[in-house]
Amino acid sequence: MPKRASPQTTSPSNRFNLSTAELKDTAKKLRRHVVTMIAAAGSGHPGGSLSAADVITALYFKILRYNPENPQWSDRDRFILSKGHAAPILYAALAEAGYFPTAELATLRKLDSRLQGHADRKFTPGVEMSAGSLGMGLSFAIGVALTARLNSQTYRTYVLLSDGECEEGQTWEAALSAAHFGLDNLTAIVDYNGIQLSGWTCDIMNLEPFFRKWQAFGWRTIDIDGHDFDQILSACQRAEKTKNKPTLIIAHTIKGKGVSFMENNVAFHGKAPTPEEAEKALKELE
Amino acid sequence: MAEASTRETYGKTLAELGRQNRDIVVLDSDLSPSTMTTFFAREFPDRFFDCGLEEQNMIGIAAGLAASGKIVFVSTFAIFASCRCFDQLRLCLSQPELNAKIVATHGGISVGEDGTSHQAIEDLALYCALPGFTVVVPADAIEAAEAVRAAASAYGPFYIRLSRPKTPVVYPEGYHFTLGKAVTMRQGKDATIMATGIMVAKALEAADVLAGQNIDCRVINMHTLKPLDEGAVVKAASETGAIVVAEEHLAQGGLGSRVAQTVTKKKPVPMEFVNLGDRYAVSGKAEELLQRYGLTAKDIEESVKSAVRRK
Repeated sequence: MPKRASPQTTSPSNRFNLSTAELKDTAKKLRRHVVTMIAAAGSGHPGGSLSAADVITALYFKILRYNPENPQWSDRDRFILSKGHAAPILYAALAEAGYFPTAELATLRKLDSRLQGHADRKFTPGVEMSAGSLGMGLSFAIGVALTARLNSQTYRTYVLLSDGECEEGQTWEAALSAAHFGLDNLTAIVDYNGIQLSGWTCDIMNLEPFFRKWQAFGWRTIDIDGHDFDQILSACQRAEKTKNKPTLIIAHTIKGKGVSFMENNVAFHGKAPTPEEAEKALKELE
Repeated sequence: MAEASTRETYGKTLAELGRQNRDIVVLDSDLSPSTMTTFFAREFPDRFFDCGLEEQNMIGIAAGLAASGKIVFVSTFAIFASCRCFDQLRLCLSQPELNAKIVATHGGISVGEDGTSHQAIEDLALYCALPGFTVVVPADAIEAAEAVRAAASAYGPFYIRLSRPKTPVVYPEGYHFTLGKAVTMRQGKDATIMATGIMVAKALEAADVLAGQNIDCRVINMHTLKPLDEGAVVKAASETGAIVVAEEHLAQGGLGSRVAQTVTKKKPVPMEFVNLGDRYAVSGKAEELLQRYGLTAKDIEESVKSAVRRK
């Protein structure tokens, strides 16, 4: 496969460009949305939304270039949520970014809502791909990144995977091919919270040695604390400077992060908090 | 009847389309010498991506390319294009209604010697089950070229099934294909044979024999299974009073099921079905298998007689 030079990034920066302190506040606000939305819906997946909150906040309020008034802007950076069950955190970010009113978040999972139970490109402005059957997002991201190369466009493609979905064979098909195609305009982030629906990933289907697997598949691989904004930003910058290979950021996170009784609690993978639990959670997130 | 290869025609047509439209990209999974996407790959290496033996990944990549504005042709064998990646077809192409064209070769049992693992006999049922997909099985190489051109210029997901062996040419050069519009190949008033793919030529053969026995048989090429030309079905039921559906597919979920739904709802008449039934086939020469599994002109002829008797 011939290696090609990537075009330099010249487009304007993220429209919010928040400081680290502001990012922390925003992440807290998004977490509050997540708890409120899922409690109101009476079903959903709080754990994986809360673990990904800091990564998503960093992307939407510091890194990605996009325009909520023109969601289809052809040069926008693409963010693909492969772990589709974390739709609430994406919806919270999209609403705060200006894609739709935050009031609409209360309609999550309800009949005729634009906010489907799993991320869905047909209904929600700003959602790039339908997801929910795991292991498909990275493949989609490869197609999007190949288009950038074919069109000589400078946008970057980001995709967020769960650790559990790395048990899907398709993830590794995609891992092989992204490296084969030399897609240095692609950054994949794994929200490595260690827990899947029925238990710890190491017990259900061990992924380790995870870092070395991605490295062996030909990816630049970076390990970070997925709740540390400086580490998230620095890893994304390093990815952007990497040539001829895609980058995989392993964001070590805590499932349910920010709500004490949800943290590392398998039960909150796919269960809504009761009204009392939601109240308690929101107090912790003040 | 002269014979020609639908897949070779596909390959050449794809290259022709590539010259006309720079947004056309092609994906294959290590089968380009067989699917004949090699014609495109040689001419447009930058717009051709061999995805290796990763059919699931290939459908996802196709979706990503299509979502960002490309017209994506995806080729592999029909068995892998359907059974191997069905969930990906559903969530990545069908539900979001993306502009990808799955053109699969080696459909049906006429694949022959490779046997069960390579014989796509359920692909039409699977693709017809996907909302938004247009499903086409061309009757010959001339129609294959037309169908591929039509798919390139229409928006949305397509499945086009082609064959491995050369197949009889039933159309003259210059034939014009209209998507979703059945073609009456031969008029008749006693019964109608609705056929698709390689069964169209066999239906014509059967109609010739039946004519000698004073059964005047209409032959319709139902090249588009979905959306189905219901008008042609109702007209055939009303005017000929008996319908036989012939396809190189299992009994369930293909053209037979689709025509029967329309007939039972709109104009019930006796029907018979020529297909593989509910079983897998084995290795053998294409013609031997078609004979063994009841997909010959003779089988169609018998079914027509049986349908006419029930009128």
